[in-house]
Amino acid sequence: MSDTATDYRQMWADLGLNLEAHDMLLGAVGQMYGAAYMSQKDRPEGMSYFDFVISEIHGLRIKELRDHQAAGGKIIGTFCVYVPEEIIRALGGQAVGLCAGAEWAYDEVEQILPRNTCALIKSFMGFKMGQVCPYVEAADLVIGETTCDGKKKAYELFGEMKPTYIMELPQMKRPDDMVLWRGEIDRFVAKLEEVTGHKLTAENLSLAIKEVNDKRRALQRLNAARKASPVPISGKDALLAVQVAFYDDVPRYTEMVNKIADELEARIAEGKGVAPADAPRIMVTGSPMSIPNWKVHDTIETAGGIVVGEELCTGSRYYAKLVDESADTLEGMLDDIAEKYLDINCACFTPNPGRIEDVIAMAKDLKVDGILHYALQFCAPYTIEAYSVEKAATEAGIPVLRVDTDYSMEDIGQLSTRVEAFLEMVK
Amino acid sequence: MTVALGIDIGSRSIDAVWLDEDGTVLDAVVRDTGWEPAAVAGELVALHRFDRVVATGYGRHHAREAFGSDVLTEITAYALGARALFPDARCVLDIGGQDTKVISLNERGGVADFEMNDKCSAGTGKFLEVMARALGYTVEQLGPAALDADAGVRISSMCTVFAESEVTGLVHRGEDRRRISLGLHESIATRTMGSLKRVGARGPLVFAGGVAKNPAMVALVTGAYAGDVIVPEESQTVGAYGAALHARSPVAAGASGRADKE
Repeated sequence: MSDTATDYRQMWADLGLNLEAHDMLLGAVGQMYGAAYMSQKDRPEGMSYFDFVISEIHGLRIKELRDHQAAGGKIIGTFCVYVPEEIIRALGGQAVGLCAGAEWAYDEVEQILPRNTCALIKSFMGFKMGQVCPYVEAADLVIGETTCDGKKKAYELFGEMKPTYIMELPQMKRPDDMVLWRGEIDRFVAKLEEVTGHKLTAENLSLAIKEVNDKRRALQRLNAARKASPVPISGKDALLAVQVAFYDDVPRYTEMVNKIADELEARIAEGKGVAPADAPRIMVTGSPMSIPNWKVHDTIETAGGIVVGEELCTGSRYYAKLVDESADTLEGMLDDIAEKYLDINCACFTPNPGRIEDVIAMAKDLKVDGILHYALQFCAPYTIEAYSVEKAATEAGIPVLRVDTDYSMEDIGQLSTRVEAFLEMVK
Repeated sequence: MTVALGIDIGSRSIDAVWLDEDGTVLDAVVRDTGWEPAAVAGELVALHRFDRVVATGYGRHHAREAFGSDVLTEITAYALGARALFPDARCVLDIGGQDTKVISLNERGGVADFEMNDKCSAGTGKFLEVMARALGYTVEQLGPAALDADAGVRISSMCTVFAESEVTGLVHRGEDRRRISLGLHESIATRTMGSLKRVGARGPLVFAGGVAKNPAMVALVTGAYAGDVIVPEESQTVGAYGAALHARSPVAAGASGRADKE
């Protein structure tokens, strides 16, 4: 370990981390990252920023957040793309996505949660119970939301370990649901004003809207480059970029992603790609993928395919829609925020034709050869909605492979065979 | 003479087929996988000379490292093999040692859709092996015993672990083990029909893989499936034959390579 790494131990101890377990976690994540990422050829040079971010994911970034707190700012932990980060930012808070992409402390988790709970929920509970996530420990408040039944019931138990505030997300998109959601936005503002001690104004909110939109615009640029053939960036790298969007400092991140987009646009002009032009182009849709969950992308790209798009919360659901910037009153801005967020199409909504439309439109735009529908085992919304996605895709002439899996590696042999056979089929 | 070799490295057996330029089978060999699949595969490969080799089965990537073969999944290998043996075939059912595959073929013989069990061994050769042991039969005795039963007992669990305890419970209740055996086969057949429907299977079905040697499974699948069911004489070597055919084809070299991770 470097000297810098050693300096963080006191910080981790102050945060109440289990240092021994945390060392194991960092070792495992480093190994996974090395295997999945550092072996890639012809990566965009700009990705070195993300290599650095990952190497300092529990180090420098946490130190920055601690400094922010020391200066009077607050850290707000979130688990979901429906939590409006513009409001957190306007009130001088830093929004951070919490750890949930690996099996951790399942033995402890299974003492309070059923074994057949989805991996995402078991994981975020495990990171808290095992005391290995500095983000959750550093957070002044965690925002939960009523997306699926598993999450909302798990937050009741999570709330016993950490101050947690729940936003009620409606499950339908009728006018009355918008009324409920708009009220939830007001209650969220009131709660955050109380926690941060700041007052939300048209000035600070319009700036935050602009900054977060810029971040999403940068991601839109990066992802638009993936339409090219040959593809100038791997699916794994593009996924990582979105995953980090939940953690990183907003203006710095935007600048770095725009730099990568510049580089990708130059690559397209030169006809330079990371995979042969005839590599099968695959789009992934389904449950979220948190760091370090790179399993499906790694399997596809190791087998010779290339992932060109993600209709995921760690994908287009995060960056595709922007908050309207034309409002000049606080109320108008909050209306626009409410509208943008309720417009996201998660499988927890019923009916949910918007997601099916998004998937098909994106698949056509990206000229994909096939769609991989990824659902976490026991995630009822996505495992069930997979049927409708497959039906619509088949009608559109796009082959679909349905994968129900989790964060473990026990099914990797079968998964590789299925993915390879799918690539052979769509070639 | 240019010789093409296909090798199917499965969980229970390793099968090899050598073809000449015309596609005539020069030799076909089946060996138990045993404890050292790499060694067994190495011995098989050394039996006859060859110019090109394509490996399939779960050990295909190890074969790539060991003797530089190209690789193809079992799905595509079985589709190729079944279609070449039976040009009218429109779907393939392969029940192997640790997985079950159903494949529907398009008019040109390519894979149109497929389904494969993911995590567990429910309804596979391994499942039947465990159940045979629970009933005091050898694997070879299990199918004939089922055919000897007047009716099957309903087995509700398809999980190998749960079904074993269910079977043990039935044995302790004094149930005729032939009827239990029939019930086990019926539950696999029902599940298989569901998979075939999901991939849109119709027309002649080729039933391959080690479990196609089981007469009760063949009888039940034939009875339940709407089209013709064809069981190849050498049902175990369909995959190796398909891999050998792929080795013969001009696109084989370098066409199915994995990204090099090293």
